[in-house]
Amino acid sequence: MPLALELRGASFAYPGGPEVLKKVDLAVDSGEFIAIAGPNGGGKTTLLRIALGLERPTRGNALLFGEPATRFSRRARIGYLAQRAQLGIDAPVTVREIVATGRVPRRGLFGPLSAADRAIVEESIARVGLSAQSDSVLARLSGGQQQRAFIAKALAARPDLLVLDEPTAGVDVDAQDALAALLERLHRDLGVTILFASHEFGAVERFVERLVLVRGAIVFDGAPAALPTTWHDPSHVHS
Amino acid sequence: MRLAFAAGTFVGLLAPAVGFFLVQRRLSLIGDGIGHVAFAGVAAGYLLGISPVGTALVAAVLGAVAIEWLRAHHRTAGDQALALLFYTGLAAGVVLISAAGALNANLFAFLFGSILTVTNGDLVLVAVLGAAGLGLIALLYRALLAAALDEEGARVAGVPVGALNVALAALTAVTIAVSMRIVGILLIAALMVLPVIAASRVAWSVRSTIFLAMAIGLGSVYVGLTTSYYADLAPGGVIVLVAAGSFVVAQATSTLLQRRS
Repeated sequence: MPLALELRGASFAYPGGPEVLKKVDLAVDSGEFIAIAGPNGGGKTTLLRIALGLERPTRGNALLFGEPATRFSRRARIGYLAQRAQLGIDAPVTVREIVATGRVPRRGLFGPLSAADRAIVEESIARVGLSAQSDSVLARLSGGQQQRAFIAKALAARPDLLVLDEPTAGVDVDAQDALAALLERLHRDLGVTILFASHEFGAVERFVERLVLVRGAIVFDGAPAALPTTWHDPSHVHS
Repeated sequence: MRLAFAAGTFVGLLAPAVGFFLVQRRLSLIGDGIGHVAFAGVAAGYLLGISPVGTALVAAVLGAVAIEWLRAHHRTAGDQALALLFYTGLAAGVVLISAAGALNANLFAFLFGSILTVTNGDLVLVAVLGAAGLGLIALLYRALLAAALDEEGARVAGVPVGALNVALAALTAVTIAVSMRIVGILLIAALMVLPVIAASRVAWSVRSTIFLAMAIGLGSVYVGLTTSYYADLAPGGVIVLVAAGSFVVAQATSTLLQRRS
């Protein structure tokens, strides 16, 4: 079975700028739950964008399920929650409407949802615990609930790989804990490979099998327990 | 007048339906930009002695695809791509109109709409293109919404966002060509945007926003055409003022509802 994701000596620089990522080697097995951590500006988002084929590395290469990431053909297998994921629109959007758009990658561009599609949408909403809010307008929900709605949208495509970039930014510590527990449950129940990138990784530290610390390059890659004490996330303190 | 009402029905329904996706993607002014390219098309029609509606449709579709191409392939900011097309279209239109010696009342009807100039041929074209546009929106509704809600997430998951953007631009061009006899090239963008902004003040979902916007668009066209007929005014201006009035009513209703809750 091919790796879910692989970077081989991947470096990246924006045009005319210095390298923001240097010689990154990273192999992620199918079914792993990994936290990509590091300071803001350390290259986490760039690493994810290269891994997902949104950017081409200036050196080295990136593979998704064994295929070159920029030419990856089975993209419906990927669920992606971009940094500061929020609504791109002003109109009132309900949770169900958002999650239903998650079926588009699987079922194609044309026509209405089938009964099976609608059942998957309801199941995805239930998995993130928002069934009672499915007709609520997203903008009226808390930050944590909004993030869960976006996760449900990604789940509606039945992804094999779920990539979340700073999903806990702007949500309180309790919501971070709830999100981490949700991801752990999804990983356990669905076997989906999860990459969780955040500078606030305290909430997921106890759930992930592997922690990758990025500061322009990978400076640590191993079990969270092996992380030097001074590198642990200081932001995750319960009041 | 009956021809204008029949054509106006398609215009009133199609313009806000397309406009919904433009407003959500922060492309509210794209209708203006493509409208100015359509003006160059009308001018080319006069110069060549062929149907201005047909040449406007071709020019508008080419202009719409050019905007998307500039945005997607040349890393040109959306407003810069729009400005390029906006002013080039207007300048080309003025030059072509001068060359054709057509600075007359017929041109005025294209710019601001006219009840009397809608012909049976126009109505057939408006009905066919309008029905096709509405059908395409119904088919692509969820995909267009997916791209509007979370463009990067959709792109990563393999949704062909670029093709959807081109389809939306082409729909905008068709809407402008369909609407210019009734509302006029200079004001059609307003009918695509104002009903959507008004509807989103009082709607409770995406679906309700689109249907309310279409109802406001249709109502604006009917009230605007009737008023312009009895008061002998340019229909485009009256239609847009009615749509603007609907926004004021929707905003007041929204404020009232929020105070009560």
